[in-house]
Amino acid sequence: MTVSNLPANDGYVAAAYLVFFALVLIYVAIMAAKLSRIERELGELTELALRERAGEDAP
Amino acid sequence: MYGKGLRSLSIATAAVLTGALGLAFFYAPLDADQGFVQKIFYVHVPLAIVALCGFVAAGLMAVAHLRTRDPRWDMRSYVAIHLSIILGVGVLVTGSIWARASWGHWWVWDEPTLVSFLIIFLLYATYQPLRFSIEDPDRQARYASVFAITAGAFVPVNFIAVKLAAAYTHPRVLGNIGANLPGPVRLTFYVSLLGMTLLFVTLWKYEMTSKHASAQLRRLKRILGGDEEHQGRTAAPALAQPAAGPR
Repeated sequence: MTVSNLPANDGYVAAAYLVFFALVLIYVAIMAAKLSRIERELGELTELALRERAGEDAP
Repeated sequence: MYGKGLRSLSIATAAVLTGALGLAFFYAPLDADQGFVQKIFYVHVPLAIVALCGFVAAGLMAVAHLRTRDPRWDMRSYVAIHLSIILGVGVLVTGSIWARASWGHWWVWDEPTLVSFLIIFLLYATYQPLRFSIEDPDRQARYASVFAITAGAFVPVNFIAVKLAAAYTHPRVLGNIGANLPGPVRLTFYVSLLGMTLLFVTLWKYEMTSKHASAQLRRLKRILGGDEEHQGRTAAPALAQPAAGPR
């Protein structure tokens, strides 16, 4: 059997590469969600710090 | 701290992986035996090598943790195992797809390479439950390090056992780590391997940066809020805690 008349099986190759890219994408998406949570909590802490400072400065 | 150089590393990873993809589909010749299906080799084998190396690296980091008692080494080991498990899922799925395309079966139980990788994967799948089952963070870190070292040593032993196994029915395009490969295939394989290695390092740094930022944030919360926030039982290492002294 020569290469030219082998069954193409393109779908399997595409599926294998898609699995790999989907895995990386899901991982990055989860990490991005964690990062946005950190950003939100950091914003809350900044607000808290600013309020505390405003309270200290008030006469 | 861990985010340093992350941008350039991410760009390099994306460039090398894109190059590997281009080489795999436009430069590497079609395999005479398997034809187009052999292209799975360029994603499956580097993924498997990097996942296994990640397990071994995690074992070495665990050695550093037990020697220094520095919780950062435990965190590094934890993240390396976590990432290797994720890559391991990719190895098992792409391997199954390749097996289906080559042999007509999704899984072959008498194939030592497949089964040995599954054993390693299942072994490491117990790592997170092991950590979660121990409440005391210091004891959790020590037990997890012992596990990482023992399992990390098992990986090369297992690989040697498979190499010595007589039944070679796996679609083995790689002879002696690239020694028998034709030039274009070898080049493509090495570029893919480099790309996967860079991907592992990038994601490892990415997760380490995230964990470190979370730990610093918790610390900041305690300082500003003045309350001792109880984190509850978790499998993740407690990085914010001060390093325990030598015992």
